[in-house]
Amino acid sequence: MALTGLFLILFLIVHAGINSCIFLNDGGQTFNEMAHFMSHNWIMRFLEVGLFAGLFMHIIQGLMLWSQNNKARPVPYAFNQPNKNSKWYSRSMGLLGTLLLLFLIMHLSHFYIGTKIALYGGDQPHNLYEEMKTIFSNQWVVLGYVLGVVALFWHLFHGFQSAFQTFGVHHKKYSPIIKTLGTVYALVICTLFALMPIAMYLNWVI
Amino acid sequence: MEHYHMNLTLKVWRQKNSNVKGALETYQVKNISSEMSFLEMFDVLNEQLIVEGKEPIAFDHDCREGICGMCSMYINGQAHGPWQKNTTCQLHMRAFKDGDEIVVEPWRSTAFPVVKDLVVNRSSFDRIIQAGGFISVNTGNAVDANAIPIDKKDADDAFMAAACIGCGACVATCKNGSAMLFVGAKVSQLALLPQGAPERESRVLNMVAQMDKEGFGNCTNTYACEAECPKGISVANIARLNSEFLKAGLSTEEN
Amino acid sequence: MALDSKIPHGEMDKKWNDYKGHVKLVNPANKRKLEVIVVGTGLAGASAAASLGELGYKVKAFCFQDSPRRAHSIAAQGGINAAKNYQNDGDSVFRLFYDTVKGGDYRAREANVHRLAEVSTAIIDQCVAQGVPFAREYGGLLSNRSFGGTQVQRTFYAAGQTGQQLLLGAYSALERQVALGNVKMYTRHEMLDVVKIDDKARGIIARDLTTGKTEKHFGHAVLLCTGGYGNVFYLSTNAMGSNVTAAWKAHKKGAFFGNPCFTQIHPTCIPVSGDHQSKLTLMSESLRNDGRIWVPKQKGDNRNPKDIKEEERDYYLERRYPAFGNLVPRDVASRAAKERCDEGYGVGTTKMAVYLDYKDAIIRYGKIEASKQGNDHANQDEIIALGKDVVKEKYGNLFEMYEKITGENPYETPMRIYPAVHYTMGGLWVDYELQTTVKGLYALGEANFSDHGANRLGASALMQGLADGYFVIPYTIGNYLADEIHTANISTDHPAFVDAEKAVTDRLQKLKQINGKQTVESFHKRLGKIMWDKCGMARNEQGLKQAIQEIQDLKKEFWSDVRVPGDIEEMNLELDKAGRVADFIELGELMCVDALNRNESCGGHFREESQTEDGEAKRDDENCNYVAAWENKAEMGWELHKEMLQFEIVKPTQRSYK
Repeated sequence: MALTGLFLILFLIVHAGINSCIFLNDGGQTFNEMAHFMSHNWIMRFLEVGLFAGLFMHIIQGLMLWSQNNKARPVPYAFNQPNKNSKWYSRSMGLLGTLLLLFLIMHLSHFYIGTKIALYGGDQPHNLYEEMKTIFSNQWVVLGYVLGVVALFWHLFHGFQSAFQTFGVHHKKYSPIIKTLGTVYALVICTLFALMPIAMYLNWVI
Repeated sequence: MEHYHMNLTLKVWRQKNSNVKGALETYQVKNISSEMSFLEMFDVLNEQLIVEGKEPIAFDHDCREGICGMCSMYINGQAHGPWQKNTTCQLHMRAFKDGDEIVVEPWRSTAFPVVKDLVVNRSSFDRIIQAGGFISVNTGNAVDANAIPIDKKDADDAFMAAACIGCGACVATCKNGSAMLFVGAKVSQLALLPQGAPERESRVLNMVAQMDKEGFGNCTNTYACEAECPKGISVANIARLNSEFLKAGLSTEEN
Repeated sequence: MALDSKIPHGEMDKKWNDYKGHVKLVNPANKRKLEVIVVGTGLAGASAAASLGELGYKVKAFCFQDSPRRAHSIAAQGGINAAKNYQNDGDSVFRLFYDTVKGGDYRAREANVHRLAEVSTAIIDQCVAQGVPFAREYGGLLSNRSFGGTQVQRTFYAAGQTGQQLLLGAYSALERQVALGNVKMYTRHEMLDVVKIDDKARGIIARDLTTGKTEKHFGHAVLLCTGGYGNVFYLSTNAMGSNVTAAWKAHKKGAFFGNPCFTQIHPTCIPVSGDHQSKLTLMSESLRNDGRIWVPKQKGDNRNPKDIKEEERDYYLERRYPAFGNLVPRDVASRAAKERCDEGYGVGTTKMAVYLDYKDAIIRYGKIEASKQGNDHANQDEIIALGKDVVKEKYGNLFEMYEKITGENPYETPMRIYPAVHYTMGGLWVDYELQTTVKGLYALGEANFSDHGANRLGASALMQGLADGYFVIPYTIGNYLADEIHTANISTDHPAFVDAEKAVTDRLQKLKQINGKQTVESFHKRLGKIMWDKCGMARNEQGLKQAIQEIQDLKKEFWSDVRVPGDIEEMNLELDKAGRVADFIELGELMCVDALNRNESCGGHFREESQTEDGEAKRDDENCNYVAAWENKAEMGWELHKEMLQFEIVKPTQRSYK
């Protein structure tokens, strides 16, 4: 869980970094170049397989955890007050993960499939930037993306530091740093992601 | 400290034995002193039940001073009740007020089957210790106690981990029914001490294997266990368990 | 029957070594064939079961709790003594031996005590090797403190949880033997009788407390490590389940009971708060190292303690015992508190409490701390804040416990304390080999009478429990079992087993069938009150005679009007308790009989008829220099056997702490 999680965390940095090129306000030129590179370079294509494998494993592990943990307490408490001892998001990783999966299905159907069709079938150079603008002109899509990013934030907020705990890192000096780092990471990544559809919808970028 | 008396409604889990289903039953207790301990309030209720010709409620308790780890009630949705760093036997009635309704359930875990009413079977903890929670030194083999100096910080950390009373509140509280805090505490104690070094790898691998076999859930780092642990055992011990486990898993030559 | 204590000949400091050098051994192949039953898994039981398992005996261990880790040894706070002399302050085996004999008010057997002092050092080595996290200094070496008024620092400790850590060490050794298959562990089992065949203990009848079914277990020898019987007083610092049943059954099968009236009343416990009280909680004796004990000089003073000025306070221990002050032995401190309260100077709502005050200690430590920090002009508030931190560091967990129970903050207001029953020095009479008067039946730890005389010193109980289990019984039991190698396992279908089991089930039936009106708890409370009032901290002839009568009446009432709900063959906690209380009632009578017989004051036993002019205990070495070993004669009561005590080394003198 932690290993695949950290891997996906690394991926998000790349993803958010490249996508942030839209904020350069150059009509998507840099962004499209980067996107072209990412979809055509063979190393990236190879890593893409790894990414899907990592994501898939993350999901499988999550499902296994969920099933094992359910078996560990077949009779639930009639009255329980988990808020007294733990944070809701730390207990809701499965739920947040499921929301993220639904979001991912939408997200991939929007962009991934289009990119692949362009790669294999289209003769035209693929203008992903314009495609984004079209898709993000729909307010409901934008809302869906923002909600997806909110789920991602809480998932990362717990997941980042949790991964280090699982790897056995617990140190009086370093653990608080890791925790802060995780919070900053989740905030930055999620703010960037949330701003993309919003910026396009509100025409902040040309 | 102002003393007062209260009337309470109790909803208590009753279950004849492990083979039948149980249910919550409602009882009224009157004129309970705020100075009583929670278990003394249960004594009053049980005396009342016996006089009424009913069966008293079975619950585990022994030392009643918060150290033996025998008492084990899930009170109003929290292991050992509303107070922090506290066992059920040390919970006092001034934590409640007149007219309160209190729900009392047994620990809920596959690895802690209910024996009767609020009594559960925690022998799974003993079996985890049997798997490796010891240092293999026969009586009479020891070197002088001061022959091996131990870093005070390590000794102190080992003590903090060893303070675990094995009550099972961590498992009862954890949404996954995980025993990682219990196992982490013992693995940490022995990993921090030089005396524990020779068996370090086999200990953690065997104890974790036994833990899984008993049907405890997995740790997802909600840290609820630390918050409810009557002895305040730190989740740092779980991290140490994880790191011991990873190191041992990578270096062991056995499958 | 004459008592043979089997004390080896020779000089005191050579006896144990000589014994070990000449004792019979059992060869490893034969050990495998010999079965040993260990009842109770506290320090004595767990250490014995583990050590015997390591030696290769087939061990069966029993405890009534859900895990051996829960035995009440776990509650010991203060520490464990050992003559290590790590502090270079003049300690030695001899000094520990001497202090223990003197502290016990010259009613212990010298040879046993000397052996205890000798093996004390090995206990610490063993525990450290097991991973017991004793407190350490910055250099990484073990830390010691002085405890219970001794003049040397010989007490090893693990914060306020020494008993817990030692027990977990022994428990881990035990579980290791369980994993290796050398020990079979029976949890939630209670021993309800000893089975004797041809005058030798050959097994036990136990009841599975989960299913309620009785079981027969054979053993070539039976070890009772079942702790003390302080719960005869209903209120005590013992665990709720602590009971005398196993020892009592052994007593009824022929094991003599030694000095039953020797009870230790611990001076620093949290006072009773009302009728609902189910048990008392001890505050470690170490609190007397820094706290000052006082009562108001004026009777019935109801003011807030903060408003009572210095000159209006009576620091009665410092006044009466200037040399030892607040650090007088437990029995002396307890009686002094009772005396003040009986005279009407008690404090709190019940007036049965005295103050234990940390104000001066906080200021003293605060000043030291301020000067360490170079702050010579610290104001009072700064000093108090610094002092509180030091006190918190030393006693924080105890203060926390006090606050949890009473709801009062002991940093701000003095703690209220009162003596409570804590430990029983009496127990099954055993010889040097820890064997009772029944062959093959042994008693270890608090369950036997042997090492503490009439008063136990602080931090000595843990030492004795582990000494018996780790280092004494593994040798002495061989002396008996070496002659048993030809005894094949006896089938539990043997008539002796069948009869014993029937007697046990008959008694359970009887308890169940009385179906009277009064609860078991109510009888226990009444017994406790009789014992506390008439056989407690102070005893006199008239009171004891009354008590005996009252207990006999209570026994009749119990057996005709007790109500035990539920069934026998199921988990039935009331039935478990009923059996224990029935035994406590019988024991209570014997304690009074013994207290009446002992016409002297010594240690924890204070006979009002035997005191000095200023109210101190007065021993009678001429007439009472013996161990009273009582033989059960069923309906005929008890017959007294005396084991005369010889003091070769430590010559008895009247203790003085003035």
